Amino acid sequence: MENFQYILPEIFISISIMLFLLVGVFKKNSASLIYNLSNISLVILLALIINLSSLDTIYLFNDSYLIDNLSNYMKIILVGSGIFVMLTGSKYIQVINLNKIEYPILILSSILGMMIMISSNDLIVFYMGLELQSLALYVLASFNRDNLLSTESGLKYFVLSALSSGLLLYGCSLTYGFSESTNFDQILINSTEFNYGTTFGIVFILVGLAFKISAVPFHMWAPDVYQGSPTSVTLFFAILPKIAALSVFIKFLYTPFANMNDQWQTIIVFISIASMIFGAVAAIGQKNLKRLIAYSSISHMGYALAGLATVSNQGIQSSITYLSIYLVMNLAFFSCLFMLKRNNKYYENIEDLSGLSKKHPILSFSLLIVLFSLAGIPPLAGFFAKFYVFLAVIEQSMYFLAIVGLLATVVAAFYYLRIIKIIYFDPEKEEYETSHNLGLKITLAISTIFILAYFLYPSSITEIVSKITMI
Amino acid sequence: MNFPILSSLILLPTIGALFILFTKSSSGKYQSSKYVALFISLANFLLSLYLWYVFDKNSVDFQFVENREWLSGFINYKVGIDGISILFIILTTFITPICIISVNATITNRLKDFLIAILIMETFMIGVFCSLDLVVFYLFFEAGLIPMFLIIGIWGGERRVYSAFKFFLYTLLGSVLMLVAIISIYWITGTTDVEKLYELGIQVEYQNLLWLAFFSSFAVKTPMWPVHTWLPDAHVEAPTVGSVLLAAILLKMAGYGFIRFSLGLFPIASENFTMLVYVLSLIAIIYTSLVALMQEDMKKLIAYSSVAHMGFVTLGIFTMTQQGIEGSIFQMISHGLVSAALFLSVGVVYERYHTRLINKYGGLVSIMPRYAIVFMVFTLGALGLPGTTGFIGEFLILMGAFEKNILVAMIASLGVILGAAYMLWLFKRVVFGEMNNQELKSMKDLKTFEIITLSALVIPILFFGFYPEPLMNSIEASVENTLNMYNFDLINNLASKD
Repeated sequence: MENFQYILPEIFISISIMLFLLVGVFKKNSASLIYNLSNISLVILLALIINLSSLDTIYLFNDSYLIDNLSNYMKIILVGSGIFVMLTGSKYIQVINLNKIEYPILILSSILGMMIMISSNDLIVFYMGLELQSLALYVLASFNRDNLLSTESGLKYFVLSALSSGLLLYGCSLTYGFSESTNFDQILINSTEFNYGTTFGIVFILVGLAFKISAVPFHMWAPDVYQGSPTSVTLFFAILPKIAALSVFIKFLYTPFANMNDQWQTIIVFISIASMIFGAVAAIGQKNLKRLIAYSSISHMGYALAGLATVSNQGIQSSITYLSIYLVMNLAFFSCLFMLKRNNKYYENIEDLSGLSKKHPILSFSLLIVLFSLAGIPPLAGFFAKFYVFLAVIEQSMYFLAIVGLLATVVAAFYYLRIIKIIYFDPEKEEYETSHNLGLKITLAISTIFILAYFLYPSSITEIVSKITMI
Repeated sequence: MNFPILSSLILLPTIGALFILFTKSSSGKYQSSKYVALFISLANFLLSLYLWYVFDKNSVDFQFVENREWLSGFINYKVGIDGISILFIILTTFITPICIISVNATITNRLKDFLIAILIMETFMIGVFCSLDLVVFYLFFEAGLIPMFLIIGIWGGERRVYSAFKFFLYTLLGSVLMLVAIISIYWITGTTDVEKLYELGIQVEYQNLLWLAFFSSFAVKTPMWPVHTWLPDAHVEAPTVGSVLLAAILLKMAGYGFIRFSLGLFPIASENFTMLVYVLSLIAIIYTSLVALMQEDMKKLIAYSSVAHMGFVTLGIFTMTQQGIEGSIFQMISHGLVSAALFLSVGVVYERYHTRLINKYGGLVSIMPRYAIVFMVFTLGALGLPGTTGFIGEFLILMGAFEKNILVAMIASLGVILGAAYMLWLFKRVVFGEMNNQELKSMKDLKTFEIITLSALVIPILFFGFYPEPLMNSIEASVENTLNMYNFDLINNLASKD
């Protein structure tokens, strides 16, 4: 029983979910109450995780659950960004009439699923976590059920995600069959010799995971789901599942399959290059900002994977740094999107930004900073994210990956510049309402200042991340 | 640790920009913002003059070095100057206040944003010339794209969007390869500190590729033929002040980079690629001079003449002679002053008559005598008449070139003649001749602030043209040192081959 103190955060969030469900059922019109309570419970959850993070590596429940530096850091950024996602979206879901009790509860359940994924050290535990988060996400994607696009995106996500889960499960069973264990460490020990069964297992598992982070060629769902889902859910999609999936990616590659890096390195390099190029090229023609950010996130995941492909601690750390900066940039970008409101309608096309800078100088300036940062122009945070990744990639003499990646940034710069052009150079349109939502403003201010001032102390994230060593 | 004078130079404009950002102007004209910007930039200019005064001209070491831990201990924020960089810093701080005074004429909307952009730009430009770490250099080098993109895009002419995109993407494309090279240098040698790299040297087998990667970035920025096409577009569409900044300072970053990094870090590769640079420079000198002859737009003509002048600069640098490199630096300073002045002069008539087409003008001498005089000085400066700074630069470069390769020098000399041809023809068509266009009659001569800015440029052009000693003194020791290191490496390399 003494083990339970280590999974206090998970227990706490599970109890909160059940409690909120009960409150929601028995108390009428409690949607806003539950929304706020959920946010508070996330803050408590964050405190609990930080409280545990000083401990060393701990194996729990027959080594099927693992708490270490990686899982702690990932959980902290997961829950931290969860709080901001809830903060920024609160007004939005009221305006478009989605403020129902299920919404925050689904978010909490998927966060719970992701936490289990991040900490899992066993194929079965991992799969349970994955399905918990996926099921919650299906519902969230189609949450705006009267909207055609939203239901479509939910269905699409469900079908494709189920397919990828099937592939993943098949990979897991192959791996289990040939390495005689579901435990990650045991698989590592049993798979010292090369065999085709485990190699197939790796391929299927990687396909399933690549789907979850929407890397090319398993990205097809992303643009539709991003566009169709309510914007607050899109923000959630753009950040949290990526944190969980990337952390599982790291875990799979460097724990059970660490001996087989010759086999998976080529796959990761291919996925990474394909994502970087495809994401950059396909985003050029987009008209919808959410769709554009879907393609942009595809290419960003390509850069994060490039770090993983290096088979070095430096590479893993650079990927995690990249992910952390990426999520701040996305938070800032979506906060700006939430501000484009006029007469209870939110605007999400690129054309709607036309001439924004004349009437909304501060909002436009934030967007300018965020977009240049997403494009990776120094001295903003996005540059350092890329810099660390390429530092690791070039250390391993993977020049092809580095040069392709950097050339893709030039292509990507084009579509970010196009948005800036529309904001700053084009004739102005109607004014938007000034937002009075404090949570939104705070999120935007914090994230913009973070991006802008990151160069003053550019090793802030790296120093924390440097504790995470997998090899 | 002494007073961090270089960091102050870098940061002061940014602080000024923040100050402007938070000041509210009662009237819509933002007069107060302008005075703040002018004050800050003048203060920065004085600070840089003080820097020049305390700068030890005989020392070959980097001076005023500041070294702070920056990127988790492995890359430091390191700045410092030697004789090569000091003049560029003064040029930057000198041109910026002139730009700020001239915004009067050209910028009508969003003056406050414009001033902020210029000041931020100044920070980045000074940073480029001070940085002694490759990563810091790259940071400043690239960051300058952001304000310049906005300056062209927001305040530019009709085709501003196209030009701004072209400018941004061309430069970015060139620079990403440099980033790969910088990171590679870090893993090859274990440092990106320029001073340490000078001592350590980079293994010969890597030098050619690294040199090419740096070259791709600098060639776009210089700009060298055939990647110069962004420059005429950017110049034509940018507002006058933007053109001034672009021509006077941004182009010099690449020339400075050639001397500091290409020669300093990759001497053997530089020797290998000398012929390539000669050929590209000669094409730039001859071809763009011919193109300049055919231009109908004044700004475009001056833009092409910039490419030709920068062709002389790259030629001079790669002669690897004392005269050639000193001449190149001098030519860059001279071109900084002259091209800034020419763009301002074009701005003067453009602001009055709203066209830059040469054939619309003529006979301005009878109604704008003062303008005719200053414009003549600048024209003569641009074509390199003895007594102006332009002469000394070109003369030294050609001297260096004759020492190394007579054929190259002779072809380059043709460029001087062509330069005289297109500049004098421009002057003749605009200032002399019949005044056929009756609308021109109403044009007024120079206003006070125009007299201030233009005469501020006339003085150094003539003064240093007659008496180049102060400038030459500052650069001599450092150039000599660079060349010594360069020759030392070459000899070592030859010795190791035998």
